[in-house]
Amino acid sequence: MDQLYGLFLYGISLLTMGGIYAILSLGLNIQWGFTGLFNAGIAGFFAIGAYVSALLTTAPSLRHLGGFELPYVVSFAAAMVVSGIIAWSIGKVCLKLRSDYLAIATIGIAEIFRLIFKNETWATNGPRGVSMIPKPFESLPEPWNHLAFLGLVLAAILVIYLLLETARSSPWGRVMTAIRENEKSAMAAGKNIEKFRMEGFVVGCMLMALAGAFVAHYLKFIDPNATDPMTATFLVWVMLIVGGSANNRGAILGAFLVWTIWSASEILTSHLPGDLAIRTAYLRIFLIGLALQIFLQKFPKGIFPEVRPKPERRRDSLGESSVR
Amino acid sequence: MMEFINFYLIPGLVLGSIYALGAIGITLTFSILRFANFAHGETMLLGVYITYSLVQVSGLHPLLVLPFAAILTVIVVLGIDRAFYKPFRSSPTIMVVIASFGMMLMVRSMVQFIWGVQLKGMMPGIQRPMVFFDSLRLSPKHMLIMAAAIVLMLAVHYLLSRTKIGKAMRAMSDSPELARLTGIDTERVIRMTWIVGGALATAAGVFLAIDTHIDTNMGFKMLLPMFAAAILGGIGRPFGAVAGGLIIGIAEELSSYPWIGMEPLLNPGYKAGVAFAIMIGMLLWRPSGLFKGKVF
Repeated sequence: MDQLYGLFLYGISLLTMGGIYAILSLGLNIQWGFTGLFNAGIAGFFAIGAYVSALLTTAPSLRHLGGFELPYVVSFAAAMVVSGIIAWSIGKVCLKLRSDYLAIATIGIAEIFRLIFKNETWATNGPRGVSMIPKPFESLPEPWNHLAFLGLVLAAILVIYLLLETARSSPWGRVMTAIRENEKSAMAAGKNIEKFRMEGFVVGCMLMALAGAFVAHYLKFIDPNATDPMTATFLVWVMLIVGGSANNRGAILGAFLVWTIWSASEILTSHLPGDLAIRTAYLRIFLIGLALQIFLQKFPKGIFPEVRPKPERRRDSLGESSVR
Repeated sequence: MMEFINFYLIPGLVLGSIYALGAIGITLTFSILRFANFAHGETMLLGVYITYSLVQVSGLHPLLVLPFAAILTVIVVLGIDRAFYKPFRSSPTIMVVIASFGMMLMVRSMVQFIWGVQLKGMMPGIQRPMVFFDSLRLSPKHMLIMAAAIVLMLAVHYLLSRTKIGKAMRAMSDSPELARLTGIDTERVIRMTWIVGGALATAAGVFLAIDTHIDTNMGFKMLLPMFAAAILGGIGRPFGAVAGGLIIGIAEELSSYPWIGMEPLLNPGYKAGVAFAIMIGMLLWRPSGLFKGKVF
């Protein structure tokens, strides 16, 4: 019975983390899937969200900035706003140029954030990180606290999904596709490409910060390793490419699928003896990288390929015009 | 004054020459294959570990086994190009960027799997610096690194300006379509680009390992300064990359010199941020770089 209960709790944690990655993956989908922007610093925006929300909600501490004890709604919003402002300033520099430059700049900004979190000890407690972060619903009895948190994450995904689907089939979404497919003709149609790209980039980075805020409160702890480019950035890319870029359902499915494989394989390799366990951990990264390459080459559309929204049919006007 | 030269300027020059060698590869790939190669730092890492193993087996000085390590590294790089980059030659370049991004992690994780993650030293023991004119301190390893870097840069200059394949590389960097029309074998030029880039990356990595130590993050740490150097010098300008590398290496070291008062101007923890700041400044002010490179 105990074992079954343990499995149940593991399932909840798997879904919660998978759900948080789904938010990241949806954020990247706006940038890469819809707008065609390469963000190599997902981890940086994720960490910004985590730190902002953590520092705004923690009790006073001698080790780091804190004592604001603001409600979650405020801290989550602040996390997204801060990330959005940073994204805007990066976009201002790089969005005029080809996407390679944005990739280089974003990987750089993630590295700068890591340096800040590590060095500004007065605010972030440096490499030791921020602990005792409050967690929504933690006063509820087990398993209800975990279930309620999972419910919160899933609700967030649902809201984001519905909003993104609406945006995708709106004129805004169609302009995004046009820019991604043929920049010059979109420009010729009078669309302000830089402005649309900026919107896609900023909104994506805000979602990444939201995911970061969720992680900080879920784990109740955050340290500069959260910006390790491996775990956050790379996994999210694999999730989106495997799930299917430019398809929101694909982004969500890819996140849950890849996270499940990633997490389950970690359990398998951690049972290996000593040095072998450490080394096979790197083999996992290699294999997931190989999976990315195979999908990129052989199945570039992913599991759920992109479905173009059908333009709204205006039957009346069409009918009339055909009569004429 | 001598403290400034000994502990800031000379290390800056050494670090700068290492960045310069790496940045030449970045700038060539960017201008000839038209993509930002995120795996370049890991090419460096692979070269370092291959050199390390050859040194362990042969007991020779790292610089003596360097040519063999470079050949082995280049073979791996050519294999990577064939298997993972070539299928995207006619796709939008961003696909290759993603492939190289994935490759970055694949190569690094393979190195970590094979060699482990413990810190290693390329050369055992501590060398005592030689003192010139009573106060100028130069360590033999720094002199060796700078001399070797200069030789390699001259070799690249000779290759690009005097040989046929070098001229073909420059032609393709200027205009791939025109190069193809004039009958240049573009696949051969691409191979040569990987050979030059891979060999220089191996050398740069080994120099860095001789100067400091070996760890599996060294490739990633080099990536940003190398990109910054290539952009600073202008994409497609190998000598711009050299100048950019030197400027960034020196700027990184000088940033922690106590210019005002007794405290370092910039917390040394932020040294790695200097390259980023220079790069962003350059993209804002003049994306074509100091030497009028390409802007994509």
